[in-house]
Amino acid sequence: MELDGATLTLLFFVFILAMFLGVELIKKVPSQLHTPLMSGSNAISGITIVGALIASGRAESSGVVTVLATLAVAFAMINVVGGYLVTDRMLEMFRSKNRNGGEQ
Amino acid sequence: MNPQLTRGLCYVVASIFFVLGLKMLSSPRTARRGNVVSAIGMLIAILTTLTAIAGVKWGWLIAGAALGSVIGALAARLVKMTSMPQMVGLFNGFGGLASLLVGWSEYHWNWAGSAQGSPFITVAILLTVLIGGVTFTGSLIAYGKLSGAIQGKPILYKGQNLVNAGILLAIVTLAIVFYIADVRRLPAEPGALVYTLLMGAIVLAFALGVLSTIPIGGADMPVVICLLNSYSGLAACAAGFVVNNSVLIVSGSLVGASGLILTSIMCRAMNRSLANVLFSGFGAAVTQASQYQGQAKPVNVEDAYLILEAAQSIVFVPGYGMAVAQAQHAVRELGSLLEENGAEVRYCIHPVAGRMPGHMNVLLAEANVPYELLVEPQDVNPTAEMVEVAVVIGANDVVNPAAREDENSPLWGMPIIDVDRARTCIVLKRSLNPGFAGVDNPLFFKDNTRMLFGDAKASIGALVSEFKS
Repeated sequence: MELDGATLTLLFFVFILAMFLGVELIKKVPSQLHTPLMSGSNAISGITIVGALIASGRAESSGVVTVLATLAVAFAMINVVGGYLVTDRMLEMFRSKNRNGGEQ
Repeated sequence: MNPQLTRGLCYVVASIFFVLGLKMLSSPRTARRGNVVSAIGMLIAILTTLTAIAGVKWGWLIAGAALGSVIGALAARLVKMTSMPQMVGLFNGFGGLASLLVGWSEYHWNWAGSAQGSPFITVAILLTVLIGGVTFTGSLIAYGKLSGAIQGKPILYKGQNLVNAGILLAIVTLAIVFYIADVRRLPAEPGALVYTLLMGAIVLAFALGVLSTIPIGGADMPVVICLLNSYSGLAACAAGFVVNNSVLIVSGSLVGASGLILTSIMCRAMNRSLANVLFSGFGAAVTQASQYQGQAKPVNVEDAYLILEAAQSIVFVPGYGMAVAQAQHAVRELGSLLEENGAEVRYCIHPVAGRMPGHMNVLLAEANVPYELLVEPQDVNPTAEMVEVAVVIGANDVVNPAAREDENSPLWGMPIIDVDRARTCIVLKRSLNPGFAGVDNPLFFKDNTRMLFGDAKASIGALVSEFKS
């Protein structure tokens, strides 16, 4: 698990560049999409599921790790599944005048 | 190809999907597909990771994943659109908790495996559990406030900021001691002390999350939700450093950045600094600078109907009151009737109206209002005099002209929707009580303002029946 300096530097590069990219991506989002954006990015923060799975890979080492990793998987999955589904449900409602004919 | 490289490339692909997905989320036309693209990225990341791990207790893993998926799916399906703010808040918290558990689990593995602590991993683990812990309990409090389980008003006590600063100081101290102890601990004897220190840090992080969120009032929740959103991303990012995984770092920081941007947009919309939102307990102290004198002019449904019926240009201004009264469908029905009547109808939404960013947009979208009709204050304000009737539904502080006219008002300088400059302004309200900020609203006493007292949904419903009869 020892990280050498080069790997560490690279990870920091990734972190900093991704932060800047995130700022650029979000800056232009119109305010009417703020809620879907929040719940959508919330679903993305469920990416910690990857960490939870990696932690699950150590499950054979101890019971405590098993329990902690399993809980992490469960909570991360709530975030992932719930986040994407609820965002989709919301965005489904955003209709254009043209597609909806203005009247239903 | 070597499996490690293949997996690395898969993570790169997943990251591309996340970036494209977020980019597509920035336009109403592509947003829904963007969400799917981002979900595909998540699927790729999960599948890739599954090929990498060995030594898994599959029964546990599958049970955990299934349980989480079912709860998530049910919650997403069953939640009412008006409850969306607390739902998003709760999900944020779960994300933070998951990251905390990852950090803890990794620490336990290192510790029990008697591996020599690596200084860098130690720092990353600390950051993961601290940010994750604050996110978790902070989100629970936000959830409680938004769902009404805890009172929405700021909870203040003497020396509050001192207590919070003390806890922060304790966390930093504990973290430094933990760091030194963990780096110096010998592989042969892990020792219970370091472990206890880590648990102590978690407990303090939990306490900080609670104590720093309770002084923040209901109407400031949009800022808090954005901030917690950002934290949950940063916690995932820190977890990425713990497990040395770049896809976690990329997506975690994307979320972290987006949360920060939204936070600053919300603060700007209120003309307040983040520090002011977090530490001032705004809305608790009723420090009334000026009293507004005058006679509010009530109007009955028939007269309001006549005003609306004659108008060619109408702007609805919804606020949290519309969500409370669940009046969005009634509002849309009235809007459609007015359009049929030949009027130009728009819905002007203030960025901080409601309890989360874009709250009103979601409710009106639920009621089938086409998104082209939803406009922002800067679209309406320059031509506010041209608006014949502005209908304010359960909004208060965001239409308070004191923000423009009274330097002593706590709202002074906040960008508002200039409904007072419309030819007529109809305000739907239950009473003359001030809004969240505890500030009287001179709008109610202006010559061109008519007050339609009563429950918003009932009043709008009555107007709709007037139109139909």
